[in-house]
Amino acid sequence: MSDAPQKVTVTIDGREVQAEQGELLIKVAQDNGTFVPRFCWHERMKPVGMCRMCLVEVDGVRGLPPACTTTVTDGMVVSTQSETVKKAQDGVLEFLLINHPLDCPVCDRGGECPLQDQTLAFGPAESRYVEEKRHYEKPIPISDLVLLDRERCIQCSRCTRFADDIAGDPLIDFGERGGQMQVITYPDDPFVSYFSGNTVQVCPVGALTAKPYRFKARPWDLASVETTCQTCSVGCRGSVESSSNRIVRMLGVDVEPTNHGWLCDKGRFGVEALHAEDRIRTPMVRRDGELVECSWPEALDAAAAGIQRALDLHGPGGVALIGGSRGTNEDAYAWARLAKGVIGTDHVDAQLGDGLPAELVLGLPGATIPDLDRAAAIVLLAPDLKEELPVLYLRVRRAAVDLGVPLVDVSALDHGLSRYASATVRHLPGEQQSAAREVAAALAPLTEGRSGPIVVVLGRPDVATAADATVAAAGVLADLPEARFLMALRRGNVRGALEVGLAPGVLPGRVSLESGAERFTAAWGRVPAARGLDATGILGAAAEGRVGALVLVGADVTDDFPDRHLARAGVRGAGFVVAVDANRTEAVAAADVVLPAALWGEKSGTTTNLEGRVQRVARKVSPDGSPMPDWRIAGELALRLGTDFDLEDETELQDEIAAVAPGFAEVDAILLRRARDGVVLPLADHRDELVLEARRIPVTDFSWEPIAPAEPEVEAAEASDPDAAPEAIDASDEPRPAQVPAAGLPDAATITWTGAEARPTPGRDNYALRLVAGRRLYDAGRTVSASPSLAGLVPETALRVHPQEISRIGVADGDPVRITTSRGTQTLALTGDTTVPLGVAVMAFNLGGVGVGDLVDATSVVTDLRVETVR
Amino acid sequence: MSNATETRIITKRLRDRTEDSWTLAGFTASGGYDALRKALAMEPAAIGAEQVAAAGLRGRGGAGFPTGTKWSFLPEGNYPRYLVVNGDEGEPSTFKDRMLVERDPHQLLEGIAIASYAIGCNKAFIYLRGEFALGYERLEAARRDAMAAGFLGDNILGSGFDLDVVIHRGAGAYICGEETALLSSLEGDRGQPRIRPPFPAVAGLYAKPTVVNNVETLATLPHIVAMGGEEYAKLGVNRSTGTRIFSVSGHVNRPGNYEVELGMTFRDLIFSPELAGGIRDGRSVKFFIPGGASSQWLTGSDEHLDAPLDMDYVQQTFGVMLGSGAVMVYDDTTNPALVAWRLAKFFAHESCGKCTPCREGTGWIEKILYRISHGEGRPQDLDLLLDVGDNISPGLNAPFSQTTICPLGPSSVSAVVSLQNYFRDEVIAMCRATA
Amino acid sequence: MAFTNENLAVAQEILARYPKPKSAILPLAHLAQDQDGYLTQDAMREIAELVGVTPAEVLGTTSFYTMFKRDPVGRLVVSVCTNVTCLVLGGPEVLEHLERRYAGDTEVTIEEVECLAACGNAPAMQVNYEFHESLTPEGAAEIVDAYKRGELTARGVSGGQVGGGA
Ligand SMILES: Cc1cc2nc3c(=O)[nH]c(=O)nc-3n(C[C@H](O)[C@H](O)[C@H](O)COP(=O)(O)O)c2cc1C
Ligand code: SF4
Ligand code: FES
Repeated sequence: MSDAPQKVTVTIDGREVQAEQGELLIKVAQDNGTFVPRFCWHERMKPVGMCRMCLVEVDGVRGLPPACTTTVTDGMVVSTQSETVKKAQDGVLEFLLINHPLDCPVCDRGGECPLQDQTLAFGPAESRYVEEKRHYEKPIPISDLVLLDRERCIQCSRCTRFADDIAGDPLIDFGERGGQMQVITYPDDPFVSYFSGNTVQVCPVGALTAKPYRFKARPWDLASVETTCQTCSVGCRGSVESSSNRIVRMLGVDVEPTNHGWLCDKGRFGVEALHAEDRIRTPMVRRDGELVECSWPEALDAAAAGIQRALDLHGPGGVALIGGSRGTNEDAYAWARLAKGVIGTDHVDAQLGDGLPAELVLGLPGATIPDLDRAAAIVLLAPDLKEELPVLYLRVRRAAVDLGVPLVDVSALDHGLSRYASATVRHLPGEQQSAAREVAAALAPLTEGRSGPIVVVLGRPDVATAADATVAAAGVLADLPEARFLMALRRGNVRGALEVGLAPGVLPGRVSLESGAERFTAAWGRVPAARGLDATGILGAAAEGRVGALVLVGADVTDDFPDRHLARAGVRGAGFVVAVDANRTEAVAAADVVLPAALWGEKSGTTTNLEGRVQRVARKVSPDGSPMPDWRIAGELALRLGTDFDLEDETELQDEIAAVAPGFAEVDAILLRRARDGVVLPLADHRDELVLEARRIPVTDFSWEPIAPAEPEVEAAEASDPDAAPEAIDASDEPRPAQVPAAGLPDAATITWTGAEARPTPGRDNYALRLVAGRRLYDAGRTVSASPSLAGLVPETALRVHPQEISRIGVADGDPVRITTSRGTQTLALTGDTTVPLGVAVMAFNLGGVGVGDLVDATSVVTDLRVETVR
Repeated sequence: MSNATETRIITKRLRDRTEDSWTLAGFTASGGYDALRKALAMEPAAIGAEQVAAAGLRGRGGAGFPTGTKWSFLPEGNYPRYLVVNGDEGEPSTFKDRMLVERDPHQLLEGIAIASYAIGCNKAFIYLRGEFALGYERLEAARRDAMAAGFLGDNILGSGFDLDVVIHRGAGAYICGEETALLSSLEGDRGQPRIRPPFPAVAGLYAKPTVVNNVETLATLPHIVAMGGEEYAKLGVNRSTGTRIFSVSGHVNRPGNYEVELGMTFRDLIFSPELAGGIRDGRSVKFFIPGGASSQWLTGSDEHLDAPLDMDYVQQTFGVMLGSGAVMVYDDTTNPALVAWRLAKFFAHESCGKCTPCREGTGWIEKILYRISHGEGRPQDLDLLLDVGDNISPGLNAPFSQTTICPLGPSSVSAVVSLQNYFRDEVIAMCRATA
Repeated sequence: MAFTNENLAVAQEILARYPKPKSAILPLAHLAQDQDGYLTQDAMREIAELVGVTPAEVLGTTSFYTMFKRDPVGRLVVSVCTNVTCLVLGGPEVLEHLERRYAGDTEVTIEEVECLAACGNAPAMQVNYEFHESLTPEGAAEIVDAYKRGELTARGVSGGQVGGGA
């Protein structure tokens, strides 16, 4: 069997076009500039041919086949415009309208509704339908986020297909039949899905509306710009829309490598957090024990003075920085340069004790998200992707369900993808390494006859177990044939922060402190003398009074670091605390200087997703008050500490990164502006994935259609022949005016990971329960709590154990017990759950109140709980 | 005066043995399962190619597709494959399959065993209309008895051929008679038709190669095997071979099921004293619906009454179909608009809702016909009906062209076209009278 | 309440018939309705669990079919056909008569249905899916009353019709 699809020639409205045998006619027409009207067909879903709007004529075929279910064959002659076709399409439109309310003026879709548009074009102002229309109770909530107006529904099944086929959450379906057919949920069983917002986006009419957006704006008042979501590190492309300097909506943009147009609800609706009440709008300094508002120069002077004092007292090692994984690459680079190149400290960590060592992240052979589609198999040793990296979950699910890629699940517990696994290796928390040793045997029967890489999705399954277990397992999995790794790290730009050196032991561009010392001394003037501490080490040192100045960059350590005890002790023990943040967290309240930061949506730059794909984020609104982008804040501090970065805007930073950081070679501002799907680092390995020319898509700008990525900004002179086929340009052929050659900078070898020492996992004694603490998508973190629509969705904290454990302990389900760890004793209720293995206790991290953060000791390898009845 | 009579082949036993035709004893005492034994001695492939194809057997479910040809579409080497029996009989005024199931269930099971053997299927499903409680009881009992007696189950009659039969009850949805909707329903989904291709022969039940055949089609198989295909083909006319059961109802003296040789005229069927026995009270035929509710109508004219029961002839000459073999006869007292409205109400109620023209169009047609038939019509309503119909079935011709997924939507237009063809003046006069 | 223990065993037997469990939704829904008189929400939830789909999918499927009742019905469900043969032979009159007569009778639920495949002896009705044919309005009511009195029970009354009114 040959893999190459056969080429065929099809004539559409008299024009010959080339296509691949078996492609859908509607798609071929669209790709060649003919828009066949449609409602039910969606590029990313299987065709159903329900709405019948796309009827066309095909020579030799009786009747009017729908273009969305007709596959092209060689020599096919198609008419999309004939009188017969027009009559049939007008007929379908009339049928759709007879029961559709004419409430466009108050409908969210008004102005971007195909039904409305096509009706305007269609003509007869007067309806031939004089009867009563169908009536239903006006919008009913089908979930906390989505409302359904059954009168407006045109029964296209996009929402139900999305829920079932794409999200795997078939909680909506059609009920009844014929003219009564409507979208239903089960009574008291709402459409609870992390992906519900996509149904609103794919709904071609205003039947589904998002509560957060309802009546907020009219489409014609909106200005939109393409950007990359930074809620997690999948890097979904989106279009962010604002009205009167407020972001009111985020839509998914359809790009092949990452999100296929989908977003999770946290990314989509979390934009509300931008306009949260508790945003910090003005700098503050502590005076007489109180934080008081002040001017920027005052605050910056105070911050610099504090840092200088620490330097004077302790030397560079007396200053530490935690955070920086939520900003742009440019921000992170500026912090890295400030810390390592100006202050000279290596006590820098963008991860909050829940990640993996930078050397491992940067040094293992990397996979891209599309590698999942063509993998021989996928090995999953990671946190619950549905909770932490939702759109990556969709992609893995699709690979397993639709593309038949075998999935090997290595986990301690059931999670969102478990039911799609072809093989499962279960392990005790902390015993990932021995589980990893079973993977090769599990893979063997599954990969027989399959080619492609083994893609390992690797991450720390939970925050109660230290990185050691995962590091040890990675060492085993790296030996699998053709293993490539996708790093399941969570925070928006954590990968970018590591890539630019915001971690102990590394410098920008995937070089180690040692190998890059010479190069960066040349570029920056200095580098740290020795490897520094990670976040756990920094907080520990601070608690012991060894940190003179602690800079917290968007790092809400008391809630987001697994060990609250250590976090509080660290912040308290640090001599001087600078908080660069946007919201009033506990750490901010304890800071000596508070510098208000601009957030995503308020600044432009680039971000790096978990593949190492650098994509652009856009500024859409300006912040209220005077927040500044981090890179500027870092620059101002550097200036006050004696170094002038001399950088005017983020593009200059991009060029500097490209020049000094080996992993970013050639990835300068011009390339970043031109690369439609971003640039995967290092460019040398991913040149063929670079797309510098957008497909020409004649689709109208309907938000309900998959939104195509914007044309990259190609200089007019370069803009090529519009009929040319999409092309991947070899970037090295291009003139590179802004390329600052790395000339003059000594070479530095990039990191390859060859394994690391890991602390062994201690055994569990029979009376203890071992804690597994994964995250939930909706947690007490800042995005959720600052987004009114999401804040109410945070689940209750529960400590779940197998019912047998409850009876063993001698209490009833729901009874409080005393839980003791090295961090002290808490009283918590136990909830029975048969999916939890014996000997294990499960609790989600950071749901607010007493919880995991009060139990975990970040310095130990695992967290074992001693349970006693309350007397 | 016609004296045409029945030719009882598949209805012989149930006519002759009114006390026990549905029992295993009654069945085997009258030659039952002999044809199965004979078939099991043949090459499986030969049954389809030599017997069924030679018999010229065409499906009795409505579409009249040649059964041997349908079987031949099964892709080679792709197993398992399934036989699905269409016993959903919901086409208004069709009542033959119910009789075959209630009164001769073993005959059907024998046909299923032969067909399954012929196509290489080891698991067959009977989709039985949900309302047929007695039929289900009898069929289930027959299935159990046949299993116990070795006519079904493992190693049937020592041949090495295994067959498991599952009887699946529908639950009240006419559309589930449409073969792809039936498959959806059998898979536990809403009974909505599927897009073709792929056709069931390639990807049907559980996406496996599947043959869907009507109850009567399968009940005929034992007789074809017993007689030999060529012998069977001598019955009937042209490409309409053999016999068919016609369900005659309405204003006739002797409504009921009659198995007659194809080629007989409608007049014979309706007027022969041995058959439907003429029109009640000596009245005349105003119109009749020849092939179930989906068909266009014919009238009491000689041209129509003297047409032969030949699937292709009536199709080509009058654009009507023999369909499911239901003949509804209406005398000269009947208001055709009322009949048309009730049919429209049926189609609107039974539309599955999947595709727009049918979901919205059938309801609209029903509303217009309601006002016409209930004295509230407007003179332009018939033309509006025709245009709405044209948007469901462009050209308004049979065989249907359709903007829909399945033929249900277009079926709802048949009555409208018939009103236009034969009763336009009457309908417009009705509307004028009320306007 | 969902399935009784006996019916749960039947349910397992039904599930075993099908290559894919979802196929069992209709037979399980019949079983539940036979048990409870209508399809309760608890039953749909239990069916969903048994076949491995969401309750919404079970509702989506079952609500497609007219035989499944989602609200309590009378002990006797009387289904009267008014389709085109019954229409011209008195079906609507039977329906009207029964509706009037049993209005307010909680034991009896009268419904209008589509063609029952009994046109040879129209008009026709079913009482709990038992056929009764060649009806008059009064005759139909007598049959329903006989059921009410317990003189008739659903099962095996009619033998299906052959030609000539036989
Ligand atoms: C709306 C609709 C309803 C149908 N109802 C039935 C039916 O009740 N019984 C039946 O056998 N075929 C019915 N058919 C025809 C089936 O789709 C299919 O052609 C038939 O079962 C094939 O069997 P045969 O080839 O043996 O006739 C129906 C078709 C349509 C479009
Ligand atoms: S024509 Fe009617 S019954 Fe057939 S698929 Fe369309 S809506 Fe369903
Ligand atoms: S887009 Fe083709 S039928 Fe809906």
